[in-house]
Amino acid sequence: MIPAAFDYTAPSTVDEAVRALADAGEEAKVIAGGQSLIPVLRMRLAAPTTLVDIGRIPELRGIRDEGDALLIGATTTHYEVQRDPSVREHALLLKAATDTVADPQVRHRGTFGGAVAHADPAGDLLAPVLALDAELVLHGLEGPRTVAAADFFVDYFTTALRQDEILVGVRVPKHTGWGAHYEKFSRVAQAWSIVAVAAAVRVEGGVIAEARVGLTNMSSVPVRARAVESALVGQPATAEAIRAAAAHAAEGTSPTADGNADTAYRQHLARVLTSRAITAATGV
Amino acid sequence: MRITVTVDGTTYTDEVEPRQLLVHHLRDTIGKTGTVVGCDTSNCGSCTVHLDGQSVKSCSVLAVQVDGAEITTVEGLARDGVLHPVQQAFHDNHALQCGFCTPGMIMQSIDLLADDPDPDEHAVRHGLEGNLCRCTGYQNIVRAVQDAASKLKPGATHLVGGE
Amino acid sequence: MTATAEPEVGKARLRKEDARLVTGRTRWTDNLTVPGLLHLAFLRSPVAHARITSIDVEAARRKPGVVAVFTGADIADAQGSLPCAWPVTADQKAPQAPSLAVDQVNFAGEAVAVVVARGKAQAHDALEAIDVDYDELPVVLDLTAAVADDSPLVHPDLGTNSSAHWVFDSAEAGTGGDVEQAIAEAEVLVERTYRQQRLIPAFMEPRSVLVDPTGEQTTVWSATQIPHILRLMLALTTGTPEHKLRVIAPDVGGGFGGKLQVTPEEVVALVVATRLGKPVKWTESRSESLLSAHHGRDQVQKLTLAARRDGTVTGLKVELLADMGAYLRLVSPGVPILGAFMFNAIYKFPAYRFACTNVFTTKTPTDAYRGAGRPEATYAIERLMDELAAELGRDPIELREQNWIKHDEFPFTTVCGLEYDTGNYEAATARAKEMFGYDELRAEQRERRERGDSVQLGIGTSTFTEMCGLAPSRVLGSLSYGAGGWEHAAIRMLPSGKVEVVTGSSAHGQGHETAWSQIVADQLGVPFEDVEVLHGDTQSSPRGLDTYGSRSLTVGAMAVLKAGEKVIRKARRIAAHMMECAEDDLEFAAGKFTVKGTERATALTDVALAVFAAHDLPDGVEPSLDSEATFDPENFSFPHGTHLCAVDVDTETGFVKIRKYVCVDDVGVVVNPIIVEGQVHGGLAQGLAQALYEEAVHDESGTLTTGTLADYLIPSAVDLPHFDTDRTETPATSNQLGVKGVGEAGTIASTPAVVNAVVDAVRHFGVNDIQMPCTPMRVWTAINGGPTDAGGLGSEAGGGLGSIDTSGGAA
Repeated sequence: MIPAAFDYTAPSTVDEAVRALADAGEEAKVIAGGQSLIPVLRMRLAAPTTLVDIGRIPELRGIRDEGDALLIGATTTHYEVQRDPSVREHALLLKAATDTVADPQVRHRGTFGGAVAHADPAGDLLAPVLALDAELVLHGLEGPRTVAAADFFVDYFTTALRQDEILVGVRVPKHTGWGAHYEKFSRVAQAWSIVAVAAAVRVEGGVIAEARVGLTNMSSVPVRARAVESALVGQPATAEAIRAAAAHAAEGTSPTADGNADTAYRQHLARVLTSRAITAATGV
Repeated sequence: MRITVTVDGTTYTDEVEPRQLLVHHLRDTIGKTGTVVGCDTSNCGSCTVHLDGQSVKSCSVLAVQVDGAEITTVEGLARDGVLHPVQQAFHDNHALQCGFCTPGMIMQSIDLLADDPDPDEHAVRHGLEGNLCRCTGYQNIVRAVQDAASKLKPGATHLVGGE
Repeated sequence: MTATAEPEVGKARLRKEDARLVTGRTRWTDNLTVPGLLHLAFLRSPVAHARITSIDVEAARRKPGVVAVFTGADIADAQGSLPCAWPVTADQKAPQAPSLAVDQVNFAGEAVAVVVARGKAQAHDALEAIDVDYDELPVVLDLTAAVADDSPLVHPDLGTNSSAHWVFDSAEAGTGGDVEQAIAEAEVLVERTYRQQRLIPAFMEPRSVLVDPTGEQTTVWSATQIPHILRLMLALTTGTPEHKLRVIAPDVGGGFGGKLQVTPEEVVALVVATRLGKPVKWTESRSESLLSAHHGRDQVQKLTLAARRDGTVTGLKVELLADMGAYLRLVSPGVPILGAFMFNAIYKFPAYRFACTNVFTTKTPTDAYRGAGRPEATYAIERLMDELAAELGRDPIELREQNWIKHDEFPFTTVCGLEYDTGNYEAATARAKEMFGYDELRAEQRERRERGDSVQLGIGTSTFTEMCGLAPSRVLGSLSYGAGGWEHAAIRMLPSGKVEVVTGSSAHGQGHETAWSQIVADQLGVPFEDVEVLHGDTQSSPRGLDTYGSRSLTVGAMAVLKAGEKVIRKARRIAAHMMECAEDDLEFAAGKFTVKGTERATALTDVALAVFAAHDLPDGVEPSLDSEATFDPENFSFPHGTHLCAVDVDTETGFVKIRKYVCVDDVGVVVNPIIVEGQVHGGLAQGLAQALYEEAVHDESGTLTTGTLADYLIPSAVDLPHFDTDRTETPATSNQLGVKGVGEAGTIASTPAVVNAVVDAVRHFGVNDIQMPCTPMRVWTAINGGPTDAGGLGSEAGGGLGSIDTSGGAA
């Protein structure tokens, strides 16, 4: 199918982009890689009057080392994230999750910021961003501001972004030396996650010193499995301890039911996959 | 909007509507009908082309987004009537039946070999996960890609990326 | 010109078709254009069942680029009623089937209006300006509920949702005993109800049709499997004189039965192009295809198998409900009936009864999909055989062998009255077991079960046969099918020695151009490269019944051979004249007529040149070797095989992974082994997909929730295993090549093999069935004592469309 008609502008700076968004009003939309948006436009599930393409703003692309954090530019592609040595070293969980996003063609074109701002609860980058306590760097007419990941995801496909704001980057605190794993569960390789679990673990002398666990598609927004994290800390990195901690994974969740999974099954999967994710992350 | 795109080595400048998809630009404006449309949701991969040396699904790219870019389609692979080794391998291994998914499969296979010149079966299958085929059950496609890999090495990289 | 020494038939020839397909030099219908081409877009009903109270198209007519807008009322006279060629019973109830709905819509996705515009995008834009008021009617979704007395009716004027009730009873037919008696006397009864879920053929090339009415003949290009049938049906449906229509199926990208149809869009395109006097084209989107192109399968199967405690089967009773959807399309009613003769499969059932009720629902119409009736039947019996084995504590293969027709019992007349000509189930099974490592895997299974492994191994068997090579015309007649089952071919000997083969079999991926060339190269002794195969155009191949039902080789290629025989016969007389000998003195081999006992010879191609010159022909001989033939088979053919599947079932998540898949098929003599292998692979992929992945789901309002490829899960390369395939060979006696057909075999056999394996893996948890597709949730729920059909009808699809629906944020 063919999208409904729209105006298109491709600014070359963030300020221009923000102004273009503000000028275009309510019905404007930002496009980066377009890998989620263009199918939606083709199906005519959305019909924005203007697309503001941020793909030609050089400063938004690339990964910068800020000392204690990595700043991942919004239009950095999944492919670039997968292959970036600093991501591998300091934010292995992001690489692990990005490896599972869609397929190679989509990873060439799709962007890290786009996937985060799209805020699909079944999307694979939200839970890792939340688990790693990332900060989202936004820029609007009034200038930049940062929002914690926990505050950024508001609801299905809804974020803290205001109409005039774009996501310019994601600041991810370094988790150097942490083990990480993204355990994705879907019916076929191409399908969206029924449930997935993002786990990062720091083990010291055979004991779990710190743990970060995020859940994909267990709510309208990504969920942090805090009960699991606290149950893990101080425990020996053994299969038994991990399984016991993972039993808390679904606490406080009330995931939706659909044809692929009812609520009870999703909660069960969360526990099983959490155990597997942490086990893989710790290398047990 | 006016855009200039180089497709299979020839440069084209055209007026396009912003909503024009790259695949429709290739098919309807430039006449490269070798690249086909199989779905609305970017699942099938039939429309795969190379954009500045990387595989993309041309149904999920706007023509205006590729202003100034270089595109390679399945029609730009053969040189002086000699098939690209991946095209040849698809033929040699009976890796196609109806052939509708084939242009996308071939373009993605070339891309995957650029990243991994010697893929095992698992790597080939994962490299093609964004391309659906309804005829072959994929087995001969996997075989073809591995066959092409063996014929391309060493020095495979010159065939991909910058074509 | 020398003949090929080595026979072409049997050779792994690489395909002629590939050259254009790997380079993008293809002729898909959507690639074609003609001057002044206009584009069509269809407005489709968003509701499943409603009266149309008004349609306002005025605003759409004023949109940019719009040339015309038509509603069903506008073309009611010209569009006729879409054809159904298979009235299975004399009292079959069939509703009018307008291409554009006139006053009522009966499924979500039914076309209600068409826009004609200068541009594709403009046509789509204008759809949004059409205003339709629907007065909703109650939906009819569940098959069992639909036939209850209190059900709302899809077509109230028919007075029932039951279209037809078709029965075969071996006692009544005199082909076997009374099944009720067998059941009454049974020592063991296995009673099950199986659900054949609704599937979508999902050929990769979306359908497309281009109609150019500006010539003397109106030309219709269509992505169809059936150009010849389409021509006739378009003529009959719209009143267009048949000789004024030319139908071309150019390159066609897959069909699997899904393009065995006369579609509403083809009819509307013809009507609109004729009315406007301008060429028009329509190409569907994928979502349009999934929604409105016909679906397949969709049955409820109530089954009773009677047996003795020693494992001998004594009777089989089958009661089907088959979902027709909202209308009867081209062969919808006959699809379940094609399965009627296959439930007994390879087994010696003494008594059998089959009863099928065809049911209307407010869903997309169903029709042929790969295997058409026979996968459903094979699934039922092969699942039952595993259940009987479990009931009796027997090895499922050994139990099958006890009951199957032994190789020395062929030809064998079944309880349905079909005569199976040849087969050797023992040979195929022995080979499959050996390749599979059956005994070792059984040992591993025992060990892992005892150990309580969280991943359980399951082993599934399917020993199948099918009736294909559709079909002897007299049999089709006895089943009330509206046409015959013959096929036509012609051979043209060109003066330069090249050969054109014209076939009525219209390929769409099967490799006819290659296989037919091999056959003709052998027969006429010409090089493979010198044969050109013409098909898919009613002008160049004027007669044919097209490609479906694994019929091309078993029927279509026989017509080619018959035409070739006529060429040789004609040439023999001329060759005798040229060499001044008697016809009887000549022998023909390797492309040459040789005078017996001498070196004197004339090549067939030399005869062709002499005929072209026509300077010196025998008296009364026409100057042409060209010949045509029409072949009508005497019998079906009966390929068979043994498929073995090993799955690993993760009991913690319910996820099924196919670990090993072995199949040994007997498709008779093989013309081209790589094409055969490819057909098997592709068939397996679709059969596995039914077992594990695919299902067309409608919600409570009758909306298809699997309307994109993000929701209707076609497996990718990651999701499918490596297949280990081999063949055994017992030549068919029903045709001169000994071929049996291979197009549907893999699909028919594989589905029960996989489900048997899944059930086998978890049977010790008390599970004896899991509804298809065996999704992780269904498997996990069954393991944990829940229902076997978790997450079925009425559930919303997860991910997919919902996951690309967006109202905010960058993407």
